[in-house]
Amino acid sequence: MEHGSVTDSTASTFSIMEEDHTLANSARFVLNQDPRVAFCGYSIPHPADKKINIRVQTTGDPAKDVLKDALQDLMVMCQHVRGIFDIAVANHRAKKPAEQIDVDQK
Amino acid sequence: MPKKGTKSKKAVDDVPDQQENKLPDYLELQRTRVVCNADAPIHTQGFQYSGAFAAMGIDNSVSVEKFCKNFKIDIKRLTEDDMEFDMIGVDASIANAFRRILIAEVPTMAIEKIFMADNTSVIADEVLSHRLGLIPLDADPRLFDYISENDVPNERNTIVFKLHVSCEKGSQRITVKSGELEWLPEGSQLSMASPAQSGDKQKTFTSFSQSQKEILEKPLGVKFKDITIARLGPGQAIELEAHAVKGVGKVHAKWSPVATAWYRMLPEVVILEQIEGEEAEELVKKCPVNVFDIEDLGNGGKRAVVAKPRACTLCRECVMGPCGEKIQLRRVRDHFIYTIESTGALPPEVLFTEAVKILEEKCERVISELS
Repeated sequence: MEHGSVTDSTASTFSIMEEDHTLANSARFVLNQDPRVAFCGYSIPHPADKKINIRVQTTGDPAKDVLKDALQDLMVMCQHVRGIFDIAVANHRAKKPAEQIDVDQK
Repeated sequence: MPKKGTKSKKAVDDVPDQQENKLPDYLELQRTRVVCNADAPIHTQGFQYSGAFAAMGIDNSVSVEKFCKNFKIDIKRLTEDDMEFDMIGVDASIANAFRRILIAEVPTMAIEKIFMADNTSVIADEVLSHRLGLIPLDADPRLFDYISENDVPNERNTIVFKLHVSCEKGSQRITVKSGELEWLPEGSQLSMASPAQSGDKQKTFTSFSQSQKEILEKPLGVKFKDITIARLGPGQAIELEAHAVKGVGKVHAKWSPVATAWYRMLPEVVILEQIEGEEAEELVKKCPVNVFDIEDLGNGGKRAVVAKPRACTLCRECVMGPCGEKIQLRRVRDHFIYTIESTGALPPEVLFTEAVKILEEKCERVISELS
């Protein structure tokens, strides 16, 4: 849900259900890195409710687009992390073939 | 080319770091290190805001391309059950997100429903059921679906185990271990209907259309066969059937795939003033993990140097003594030493990959909600 003003689309609060600090803090971090963002933060209105509020205030672009871009960036970062991790695991396994043989012997 | 003496606003794509556009050293220290003083750490909040240094004309924003260029992973130890690796170039919020997902949101299989046929042991039904739920199972959760209230338990969403142990009268007490849980690939063997009903197929508690042996490559079972479930005295018996389903750690800790997963920031120990002679010896003895070492100087003198900063556990013994001001303990803000200990269902590297995938799915879900 987006709570914002009809006239001013550069500042709004996004209420997201079924999420917690895991996504909110990561989204807030990526939003902060974006130069279009003037202010961003998140809060959890009540710890018993699974709801987060992410506040985005931008320097001109609609807040919804900026948030969407930030989440896209977060996804790209995650995919990159996964790729590098798989390469690192493959390299590590290639460097130590003796250990791998032990693992297979159950 | 900027004129001498003026500060130019650095664009994100500007590659060469000109002398005027670098942060002064003290700010660079605040930006990249957490300084751990004797009483408390300082500079714990990083400068994340992209315009933090706008007044100085320095751009603090980090584009995704820059992140991808600087990101590194270095695997230190990788065994079947646990792994330790270094993640460099990422922020604490994302590292913490991975940790939280590993503990609470990567799905696993665990025993959820127990059909108790006979329990004459001293362990109460619910206590026994609780213990059975906590046993780690050697089943790949990616091969199974979630089950909801209205679903019929079938071979795609349930694993059935049987436990039938009894202790004969006159014999010694026996210990029931988790290895006695027997996997039933054909489904439940307890019949729902009363025995008076005729018909060649009795209705059981699950409806398996095919044996799970055909779907799975290796047989399922418990991961550790020596977990004590209960103890039986002479004449006591336990007969039960257990159904294991897929779930996440958020609902109940039995579904957490990691024994635990944690991270710490890379320690950096800096000797500000030279420590020589006896002080150096004392310092080396003080540190419980041997971070410092003695270096012999030419003329018979000794000097303390930092040998293994990575082992530092931040006990602060070195900064509390008389030569405490000469040493500074720091943490590198974007370098995390991750340790993942798996309970056995999935190997630790697969667990981490799954956790990253789950974070991606979360982002996708919110993006589609916004559109």
